[in-house]
Amino acid sequence: MSGVRVLVGTRKGSFVLTSDAGRKDWDVQGPEFAGWEVYHVKGSPADPDRLYASQSSGWFGQVIQRSDDGGKTWEQMGNKFEYAGVPGTHQWYDGTPHPWEFARVWHLEPSLTDPDTVYAGVEDAALFRSSDGGREWEELSGLREHDTGSSWQPGAGGMCLHTIVLDPNNSDRMFVAISAAGAFRTDDGGKSWLPINKGLRSQGIPDEDAEVGHCVHRIAMHPSNSDVLYMQKHWDVLRTDNAGESWTEVSGDLPSDFGFPIAVHAHEPDTVYVVPIKSDSEHYPPDARLRVYRSRTGGNEWEALTNGLPQENCYVNVLRDAMAVDSIDSCGIYFGTTGGQVYVSPDAGDTWSPIVRDLPPILSVEVQTLT
Amino acid sequence: MIRVVLPYHLRNMARVEGEVKLDIDGVITQQSVLDELEARYPMLRGTIRDQVTHQRRAFVRFFACEQDLSHEPSDATLPAAVAAGTEPLLVVGAMAGG
Repeated sequence: MSGVRVLVGTRKGSFVLTSDAGRKDWDVQGPEFAGWEVYHVKGSPADPDRLYASQSSGWFGQVIQRSDDGGKTWEQMGNKFEYAGVPGTHQWYDGTPHPWEFARVWHLEPSLTDPDTVYAGVEDAALFRSSDGGREWEELSGLREHDTGSSWQPGAGGMCLHTIVLDPNNSDRMFVAISAAGAFRTDDGGKSWLPINKGLRSQGIPDEDAEVGHCVHRIAMHPSNSDVLYMQKHWDVLRTDNAGESWTEVSGDLPSDFGFPIAVHAHEPDTVYVVPIKSDSEHYPPDARLRVYRSRTGGNEWEALTNGLPQENCYVNVLRDAMAVDSIDSCGIYFGTTGGQVYVSPDAGDTWSPIVRDLPPILSVEVQTLT
Repeated sequence: MIRVVLPYHLRNMARVEGEVKLDIDGVITQQSVLDELEARYPMLRGTIRDQVTHQRRAFVRFFACEQDLSHEPSDATLPAAVAAGTEPLLVVGAMAGG
């Protein structure tokens, strides 16, 4: 029988939520890694029982965990993330040079085809890869060593590589996003990287349409058309139809185009979801009403989805890695909030209900569709 | 016999209860104790000190004999009572929010 497994990372541990395909009755397991920040948990598309988790602590640093049984048991993997060569400096908040220093893993992206290959996006921004199931990590240093690297500056949350999108139609191509450097693409498996920020305009930087320096919050792709990407930037929602060569703003009639996550419907490449947030100064929904916005036209025209979501006195945020979709015929949409709620819509956003209400602040939500 | 007291999360990670007891030959220093601790419990690598630079993590402290030894050089001799095993070396998560 098919079902779903939702992997939730929080400020105080991780949780696994499971249901059958009806997505009405849920089993909640956790916390695993109790008391630790779990930035991200994600399963291998090639082996759903293979999970990777980024466990982190301000006191005790970074730990990588792996499960080979769908999250029932975990094994500690390697946590040596050593930048290649002499890493040099990037810009600090005050504009002075600052040495590259590893802080944590924000995002783990398992290979689409090999359960033992997994990519890690880290702070300070760099991309690492493990080819042995997480035991050893090697930096793909061509990204950090890009000509612009020494000019990258951290966003408010640190200089993190938070988004890794693998192209299912081209194994040498992937996309990453860094706050606050922007989006980059490789076409040679990570050896060299191209900034792909044409069309982005950011008022918070001296040159609004600079090659780098943009605070990209999230990128999403539909696997059937991997040249089309959607982006939630610090402000603005954008779309590219040419793998990032140029971007067009599609914020349209959103009540606010500030936000963090963005997701694409599993079966409708032009159906996109965002969660508008009031502003970069006020990280909660406009009018204190939690609304997911859906566009069925690839952007510009958006409809508010509110059925089952709190429409008064709501002051939560939804972080960049905290939204996901399943691939059941009636596409399920999931998101987690800084207030500890995980919401599910089993009908593509028309109706919502909480799976669980009182978890620690939620950092990430991923979903696996199990057969 | 060197006695080491780990903080809660690291005891869980190393799957130990109570104190860790280490046999170390030679001079007893922070470095020699941590080297042996990490050799015996490799899962602790990177949690107390950086794996590459061996620099103490910012929010980890080393106490013994009612002294804060965190800022002592890593190759400085630890107190005789620690070397003799009459007092433990305390690895402490610094008090901070969270």
